Amino acid sequence: MSSREDILASIRANLPRVDRPLPAVPLFDDSPPASLLAAFKDSLHSMGGLFLDPPASGDMLAPVREKIAGAKVVCSTVPEIAGNRDIAGVGATQDLADVDFAIVRAAFAVAETGSVLLSDADLHVNAVAYLAQHLIVLLDPADIVVNLHHAYRRPEFRGRHYASFHAGPSATADIEGVLIHGAQGVRSLSVLPLARAADSPAH
Amino acid sequence: MNTPPAMLHPELLAPFDLHAITRDGHRLDHAEGASKPLQSCPEPQPLGAKIHGSRPIDQTEAAARFIAAPEHEKMHDERLWDLRQKRDREMHGIAEWEELRALASAIKEHTLTHLDEYLEQFEANARSHGVHVHWARDAAEHNQIVHCILSDHGAKSLIKSKSMLTEECGFRHYMTSVGIEVVETDLGERIQQLDNEDPSHVVVPAVHKLRTDVAEVFAKTIGTDPANSDVHYLAEAQREATRPIILAADAGMTGCNFAVAETGTFVVCTNEGNADLSANVPKLHIASIGIEKIIPRLEHLAVFIRLLSRSALGSPVTQYTSHFRGPRAGDEMHIVLVDNGRSERLGLEEFWTSLKCIRCGACMNTCPVYRRSGGLSYGATYSGPIGLIIDPTFNQRKYSNLPFASTLNGSCSNVCPVEINIHEQIYAWRRVLVERHETPLAKKAAMKAAGELLSRPAAYRAAIAATDVALAHLPRFVIYNGLNAWGRHREVPHPPKETFHSWYQANRGGKP
Repeated sequence: MSSREDILASIRANLPRVDRPLPAVPLFDDSPPASLLAAFKDSLHSMGGLFLDPPASGDMLAPVREKIAGAKVVCSTVPEIAGNRDIAGVGATQDLADVDFAIVRAAFAVAETGSVLLSDADLHVNAVAYLAQHLIVLLDPADIVVNLHHAYRRPEFRGRHYASFHAGPSATADIEGVLIHGAQGVRSLSVLPLARAADSPAH
Repeated sequence: MNTPPAMLHPELLAPFDLHAITRDGHRLDHAEGASKPLQSCPEPQPLGAKIHGSRPIDQTEAAARFIAAPEHEKMHDERLWDLRQKRDREMHGIAEWEELRALASAIKEHTLTHLDEYLEQFEANARSHGVHVHWARDAAEHNQIVHCILSDHGAKSLIKSKSMLTEECGFRHYMTSVGIEVVETDLGERIQQLDNEDPSHVVVPAVHKLRTDVAEVFAKTIGTDPANSDVHYLAEAQREATRPIILAADAGMTGCNFAVAETGTFVVCTNEGNADLSANVPKLHIASIGIEKIIPRLEHLAVFIRLLSRSALGSPVTQYTSHFRGPRAGDEMHIVLVDNGRSERLGLEEFWTSLKCIRCGACMNTCPVYRRSGGLSYGATYSGPIGLIIDPTFNQRKYSNLPFASTLNGSCSNVCPVEINIHEQIYAWRRVLVERHETPLAKKAAMKAAGELLSRPAAYRAAIAATDVALAHLPRFVIYNGLNAWGRHREVPHPPKETFHSWYQANRGGKP
């Protein structure tokens, strides 16, 4: 017998003979926060992420330009702001090792956890979101869902080969519980609320 | 962090130091260190249980050595209790917490009682997205399958994220024997790998180590300054040392927290992003998945993701929750589904629900025995309360003492996000092991006496009342003597003036 058949046979021989129906899972959305954006911002901050408040000048991208001003290598996958490393020209993931800032757009965000979802379609090369020293994420405020129950109804989880929730930067507290940002992945994660351009719809 | 730094780094020269050099009533400080000094002689890290083949692990002996290292014991105890308190804070923030636990338990029990169907569904869906799916009966077959995949690709180096399953399989040890370099990318796990020691906790593998222990390990292995135990410095040095290894690796490996049958997706939760580096930087990704990780649908995933990190670390979610459904264009993805005793465990009437475990570690963080004795004292892959009920299924003789490393206070069951009746299973294992003569004689005699007492309510009530009276009047040395292991290092609570039973009789009347 193959290992597959062996294991399945062993499972069938050992299945507990008890009736355990599959429960229905509610959406737990009876009392949503007054503002999804404000709730998302609070959750993001509690996870160590930064929320870039839109400046009074109305120049929405100013906080991003300020962040990347001193950076050598900027890799942008969004049309709103240009970098100097073209993601389309990246042959091997190792070519991204020197990226200081990566700029991407989130598919959507979750108010409950402060997470942004980055899928393979948003990243182009998945590794860019981890090899870069810092990550800047554009988020359309209209793309925020209240909690994870709503999040898992989104189409990305049935269509994409890779999708990852990021809630703040790479972090560890493995030594005596001391919190460190930038354990292995990005040292900082910033989220800029910015509506999608009319000609760049969600994937 | 709750641990006051001064406890771990006592100032060598305290303000009232009688040995301080003074001039004109002023203390001289021209040569004093301005930073917090290292202790002149850091406390050495206590080692884990002594392993002698299949001979029973003496957890008590190893725990005694851990307790004899007061700085390690105190930091460990406080760090884990802090995690427990943070878990409570998160729990109180969610009105539906108990409902989520009940749902999680029900989903897992349903899945486990239909495990064959869901595994086949998961496999078919993963294959339809171009994922290669393999099945391994046991640890040896798992290791051989992974070796085979690596050989097919000419891969000589592998980076991986933390996986308790690969620990269970002795994976790194095997890979070393066949000449493949394996590097752990989780900071805690990397510390343990470099120190040639097993992880002591399922979520925080190096939690039993002080920063001075880590400084010593890194100084020997990655060339850090042995005198510098600053945590930021150590973490940064490890990042810089590991990054080139990640970039050069031939293959990457991850474990899996949840595998969704309806989509063929597997989900990996980390805080460091190291699993995503391991999976996304090399062109080959292999995931080792225990067959009990299956859940039916995406809607169920929400329940578990909401519970996992809150229970584990007291954070609303892990920094990264990554969903893998298929390979990148031109790259390869493999899944190894591993049994290694799980299907057999499914047939154990009293113990099959231990397969619901999502490896959050909440039971460990809350357990007074675990917090005081350290995970390595159990001498097994799984330590703490969940270890007590899983380990004997791997080797009844070797782990025959472990179910006795518990106060049966039930806290583990109360915090378990999937409602495993851990303390009841611990008790049931004691009975099984006594029946099968796997238990030492002294424990057997104590169990027999307790059993007789507990089986006669009147005798039990008399004994409790007498004990409370005795505790109130006995001199300290009788309570805190060398024979009472639980009296060491702690104060026994004041005994109640009357027993609950007599209060109930007096205040609520009724029949007993």
